[in-house]
Amino acid sequence: MKPILEVTNLTKDFGGLRALDDISLTVGQGEIVALIGPNGAGKTTFFNCITGIYPPTKGDVAIIPPGGKKIFIKGLKPNHVTQQGMARTFQNIRLFQNMTVLENVMIGRHCRMSAGIPGAIFRNPATVREEKKVVEDSYGVLEKIGLEQFVNEYAKNLPYGAQRRLEIARAMATEPSILLLDEPAAGMNARETKELDDLIVRIRNQEKISILLIEHDMKLVMSLSDRIYVVDYGKKIAEGPPMEIKANPAVIKAYLGEELDA
Amino acid sequence: MFRFSEIKKSFLVALWLMFLTFPIMVIRVNTIYKTIEWRWERMFMVGIGAFFLSFLWRYLHKKKEAGEKKAEEAGTLPLAQRLIKNRQFSIPAAIGLGIFIIAFPFIFSMYQTNIMTTALIYVVVGLGLNIVVGLAGLLDLGYVAFYAVGAYSYALLNHHFGLGFWAALPIGATFAFLFGVILGFPVLRLRGDYLAIVTLGFGEIIRLILENWNAFSFGPSGIANIPRPGFFGMDLSLSQSITYVYFLMIGMAIFTIFVVKRLQDSRLGRAWIALREDEVACQAMGIDKTRTKLSAFALGATWAGIGGVVFAAKTTFINPASFTIWESIIILCIVVLGGMGSVLGVIFGALVLILLPEYLRAFSEYRMLIFGATLVTMMVFRPGGIITDVRKTYKFKGLKDKQPTV
Ligand SMILES: Nc1ncnc2c1ncn2[C@@H]1O[C@H](COP(=O)(O)OP(=O)(O)OP(=O)(O)O)[C@@H](O)[C@H]1O
Ligand SMILES: [Mg+2]
Repeated sequence: MKPILEVTNLTKDFGGLRALDDISLTVGQGEIVALIGPNGAGKTTFFNCITGIYPPTKGDVAIIPPGGKKIFIKGLKPNHVTQQGMARTFQNIRLFQNMTVLENVMIGRHCRMSAGIPGAIFRNPATVREEKKVVEDSYGVLEKIGLEQFVNEYAKNLPYGAQRRLEIARAMATEPSILLLDEPAAGMNARETKELDDLIVRIRNQEKISILLIEHDMKLVMSLSDRIYVVDYGKKIAEGPPMEIKANPAVIKAYLGEELDA
Repeated sequence: MFRFSEIKKSFLVALWLMFLTFPIMVIRVNTIYKTIEWRWERMFMVGIGAFFLSFLWRYLHKKKEAGEKKAEEAGTLPLAQRLIKNRQFSIPAAIGLGIFIIAFPFIFSMYQTNIMTTALIYVVVGLGLNIVVGLAGLLDLGYVAFYAVGAYSYALLNHHFGLGFWAALPIGATFAFLFGVILGFPVLRLRGDYLAIVTLGFGEIIRLILENWNAFSFGPSGIANIPRPGFFGMDLSLSQSITYVYFLMIGMAIFTIFVVKRLQDSRLGRAWIALREDEVACQAMGIDKTRTKLSAFALGATWAGIGGVVFAAKTTFINPASFTIWESIIILCIVVLGGMGSVLGVIFGALVLILLPEYLRAFSEYRMLIFGATLVTMMVFRPGGIITDVRKTYKFKGLKDKQPTV
C-alpha cells in the first residue's frame, strides 16, 4: 500500500520536557490509523507538530498526495500544511462560535478559493460565481456529515455531539487527502459514538480520505482502525493491528488498570 | 418592590463613600487664619448622592439582565435593526434623511456645516478603523499615524510639487496603505494588549518624527496655506468651498460605506471574522494569518489616509499637534461606543462623539469626565455599543426544496 503520510524520527522538546521522542509513523492511502496512549502521552503534541502549529525539534514529516509527489511539510505554516491536503480537528473544540454552521464550513473552503480585495469590492462575475459556489459546496459538505438541519444556526448553539461533527465538516471542506481527528468521540454518548463510527468509515470509503485519529474510546478504536500506534511518555511502545495491540504486554502495562478489551 | 437588603447595600455604599471622601470633602484648612472648617453638609450630600446612584446602578443592572433574557427567549433583533427591516418606516426615513443631508448646508450656517464635515471625516476614518478593530479584532491604538500620513502627504506634495487635492487623494491613500503594510509586518505578530501597546508606540513615533524632523515636516510650526479642494479650476468663495467640501465628504462617506460593506461580505471579510474568533483554528483551516491581518491593517490605514488628505484640505493648516494619541482614542471610542463591527453604529458614534462636544461647549471643562463616565457605563450596560452589530450571516436558501429528501 502506498503511504500518504510519513513521519520519521519526530522529536519535540518543551524546554526540559521531551514530549515526543523519536516517533516514526506512516499512514497508508485509504487507511484508518489510530494513535492511542494514556493522558499526557504526547498525542496532541504529535498532531500539533505535524500540522505546523509547533515546530518539531527533530525529524521529518512528508505527505504524498495520491498521484502526486512527496512533499516535505516540516516547518511549513499550518495554513500551508492544510493547503497541501492535511486537515485536522481539535480536542478542545475550536469552532468559530459566533459564525453560523454554514459560515464555519465556508471558512474551510477559503484555501480553495481565489477572490482578493479587488474581487470583493468590484464583485466581478468570477467572484460572484465563486461566492455562490462556496455556499453550495459548503452545504454539500454539511449534507455528507449530516448537519444540514443546523445550516443557519450559530455554532455555539449546537449540541455538543454536533459541534464535534461540525469540526469534521469544516476540516473536510478543505478537501484533504488525509484527515487528523483529535478525540472526535470525546463527550459523546453511545448512540452518537456509533454514528461517528459510521461517519468515519463513510468518509474513508466514499470520500477516499485516509484517517489518523486519536481516541480514548477503546471500543471505537478497535472496531475502526486498520492499524494502531501506542505512545507513552512521548515514546512509541507498540504498533500493529488491533488484535496484536490488545495482547501486547507493554501496552497493557501502560494502560494498567484501564480496560483495553471493552 | 425593593427589598430591605438592597436598601442596606446602598446604605453601606453611601456610608463607605462618606468615609472615603471625608478628608477632601469635609475638612478645609484655612491657611491664612489657621483654622479648620468642617463642612458637614457636604458629607450629607455625598451620602444621599451615593445612596441614590448605587440604587440606580443596581436597578439598571437588573433591568438589563431581565431584558437580555427576554430578548433571548423571543429571539428579537435590536431596535435599530428592526426599524431598518420595517419598510414602512425605513423608506420614508431614508428619503427624509436624504433631503435633510442635501439641504443641510443651505439651512444651517457655515460654522455648522464645517462641524458636520468634521464629523463626516470621522465617519470615514472610524469605518476604516472598524475594519481593523471591529472585524479583524486587532486593537490598534496608533491609528492616527495613518491619518497623519495622509494629511502630510497632501501638504508636502502640494508644498514641494504643487500637487492638487485630487491628485494627492489617491497618493495619500496609497502612502497610508504602504505604511500600514510596513508597520503591520513587524507588529502583527503580537496579539491583544501587546499589539495595542506597540501600535500606540508606533503612533507616537510618527508624531515625534513629524515634530522633530524640521527639514522634512517643518516641525511643530506645521504647514500652512494648504489649498482647499478645487472644483474644475473654478474660484470658490469661502462659503461655497465649505459647502463643496461638505458634499465631497458626503460622497466619500457613502463610498466608504459601500466599500466596507462589500469587504465585510466577502471571502476576505469572512476570514477577518474567523481570525477574530479563533486564530489557531483559522490557520489550521488554511487561512494565511499574516496576510489576512495585514490586509485588514493596511485597508484600515487607507481610509485613515483618505481622511487625512481631506482634513488637511479642509483646515488648510496642519501640524503634529493634530495627530496626538487623543485622536486615536477618540476614533477608537467612536468604533467601540457606536458598536464594533456595525457600520450604522460607527456612523452614529462619530456623529455623537464629534457633534455633542461642539454643541456642549458650556461643559467643555468636564468633557473628558463625561466621556469617561459614559464609556464605563456603556461597557457595563451595553457592551455591544449603542447599535449592537447584527451581522448579516450567510444563509442557505435552497433549504426548503431539499428538505423532503432528508
Ligand atoms: N505548549 C506546551 N508547552 C509545554 N508543555 C506542553 C505543551 N503542550 C503539551 N505539553 C506537555 O506535553 C505532554 C504531552 O501533552 P499532550 O497534550 O500532547 O498529551 P495527550 O496525549 O494529547 O493527552 P490527552 O490524552 O490528555 O489529550 C504533557 O506533559 C504536556 O504537559
Ligand atoms: Mg490530547
